[in-house]
Amino acid sequence: MYLKSSYEIRGKYLRKDMLPTIFCPGCGIGAVLQYTLRAIDDLGLNQDEIVWVSGIGCSSRVPGYVNFDGLHTTHGRALAFATGIKLANPDLKVIAFMGDGDAAAIGGNHLIHAIRRNLDVTVILINNFTYGMTGGQVAPTTPKGLRGTTAPYGSFENPFDIAELAVAAGANYVARWSVFNYLQGINSIKKALQKRGFTLVEFLSQCPISFGRRNRLKTGPELIKWYQKITVPISKAKNMSPEELEGKIVIGEFVDRDRPSLIEEYEAYKRRAKKIMGWEE
Amino acid sequence: MRYPFPVGAADFIQGDEAIARAAILAGCRFYAGYPITPASEIFEAMSLYMPLVDGVSIQMEDEIGSIAAVIGASWAGAKAMTATSGPGFSLMMENLGYAIMTETPLVLVNVQRSGPSTGQPTLAAQGDLMQAIWGTHGDHSLIVLTPATVQEAFDMTIRAFNLAEKYRTPVILLTDAEVGHMRERVYAPHPDELELIYRKLPANEEEAKYPFGDVHGDLVPPMPIFGKGYRTYVTGLTHDEKGRPKTVEAEVHEKLIKRIVAKIENNKEDIVDYEAYELDDADIVLVSFGIVARSAMRAVKELRKEGVKAGLLKLNVVWPFDFELIEKIAENAERMYVAEMNLGQLYHLVREGANGKADVELISKIGGEVHTPGEIVERIKKDLR
Ligand SMILES: Cc1ncc(C[n+]2csc(CCOP(=O)(O)OP(=O)(O)O)c2C)c(N)n1
Ligand code: SF4
Repeated sequence: MYLKSSYEIRGKYLRKDMLPTIFCPGCGIGAVLQYTLRAIDDLGLNQDEIVWVSGIGCSSRVPGYVNFDGLHTTHGRALAFATGIKLANPDLKVIAFMGDGDAAAIGGNHLIHAIRRNLDVTVILINNFTYGMTGGQVAPTTPKGLRGTTAPYGSFENPFDIAELAVAAGANYVARWSVFNYLQGINSIKKALQKRGFTLVEFLSQCPISFGRRNRLKTGPELIKWYQKITVPISKAKNMSPEELEGKIVIGEFVDRDRPSLIEEYEAYKRRAKKIMGWEE
Repeated sequence: MRYPFPVGAADFIQGDEAIARAAILAGCRFYAGYPITPASEIFEAMSLYMPLVDGVSIQMEDEIGSIAAVIGASWAGAKAMTATSGPGFSLMMENLGYAIMTETPLVLVNVQRSGPSTGQPTLAAQGDLMQAIWGTHGDHSLIVLTPATVQEAFDMTIRAFNLAEKYRTPVILLTDAEVGHMRERVYAPHPDELELIYRKLPANEEEAKYPFGDVHGDLVPPMPIFGKGYRTYVTGLTHDEKGRPKTVEAEVHEKLIKRIVAKIENNKEDIVDYEAYELDDADIVLVSFGIVARSAMRAVKELRKEGVKAGLLKLNVVWPFDFELIEKIAENAERMYVAEMNLGQLYHLVREGANGKADVELISKIGGEVHTPGEIVERIKKDLR
């Protein structure tokens, strides 16, 4: 893959009048945004046929910075809005940019149901283990024992593994990487964008300001080094015991399949309805 | 275009069914909902008809998702609707505010049941009036229509879509279990007889740059729907005319909110609709909306027979509210009565409108039954004795 300069990507896809972004120095969201734009660019997708949807949170601010149609909605509801967009105009390609709290806490129900329906959407999920925008409260992804402002003594709840959840709910494509795995990340987004049905690429993304500071990982680089330590490639994880995997996060491609998507199912449903009513042969 | 129900003809159908058919005739091609008594029949009818007219009907995971999907569909270019009742209506409030803020046309039907909470699911009430008008947070305005008959439920559904498209706003059709479930004769016009309004789209690239600006001086910006190459950013945050978030600038917020409110309030004359019965010489004025207005109408006839100069103001639109009209009527009346199926919600608005020019009394009834005309007559006669 030929890597275009960041300036070229920036010039081509960002809304200059919206810059600078609200992101803190060292935040991982910008990197994931860049990977997504590179994937779109590499595939040569039509900018006018893509709609970016998001909820509320730092991650959800992304659609504001890119020069595409964008719907910045309410906290947790992006995928419900996306369902309407896609069904009302199946020609549009829909990308949802979501935070982990947004997607898995308040939006958890929409997430599993969008996956169950196999809604044609590509979710780019920023997992920073925290609520960044509201200042570092624990998220449903915060590893047990790590701190947030609403669990100052270390989280006592079991975290969600969003990628595993997406696989179980029926997604067509699921991958997880850390921001450090940029080539794999870009390739996964490219794959996801080319597939029908529900596709999700999760990124472990650093939030030094709201999360890192409270967990002795004050800078972006420190967090990235920590990700390197706690992540295990899926191929290697297969041969590890549950004890060895304790405290580790598996990264890689979790599933790649072609179940019929919501749009395909609804088209067939319409034909069935007309046939049953005797409107069509 | 082939329709899966009779058009240009009369039929004997339920209010809920009438709303579904009217929506389809009005051009609605996207419906998202979640089952709830007494609104489910709207959803069931939509599920039956939509695939046949190449529209979409989908059962979402809850009411929050339903209105969210409807807003998404509207930005993708479709006329879209959802329907619910009390508990679901409450769940929709956050996204109703989002639709107001982003100026998204949609129709939200609330077939009221008796609350609070799950209350009396199968029985009628008018307890959601204030929630319909003021339910979401922040300063805002929207349009609320109140049908009293099945024919009105049909006609007002079409009007709801027209107003939503014309003013780029959510419109609430506020009806109740009684109207929703009763069967009456309804004439459904042939689509050629209908006057339908479609949202204003940007005429050119330049107009599309101001999706939230008053480019035509009528307070309603053209709507650059998705996929047309305009690259519009839509946010529920306070935004400038171009749609850019501006969250701490007082002037930007004030300008946006005042325009959103003014596009409804300044067009009261076009939006407000009411019927006046025997009001010209009335000393006693009844004010009612929805199903109760039918009992009130009968009561006026009875009272007139007995020599009481009674009249009725039947409100077909409860928001925007015509405070000036109420004041004018109050000036010529001795006493006004508000009959409604709650503990006094319209009553507050009418008292404010009357502005001390006439006494205003409440004839309230709750528990699921509509006032009988006799009950209204009795109450008024008791005061006259
Ligand atoms: C209904 C509602 N509840 C709460 C909030 C406040 N809120 C804003 S962002 C946010 C959490 C964001 O966390 P996450 O989704 O993980 O995104 P991040 O900021 O970390 O990218 C919350 C709780 C809100 N806007 N709306
Ligand atoms: S608070 Fe965290 S997630 Fe939000 S911009 Fe700052 S570093 Fe990024």
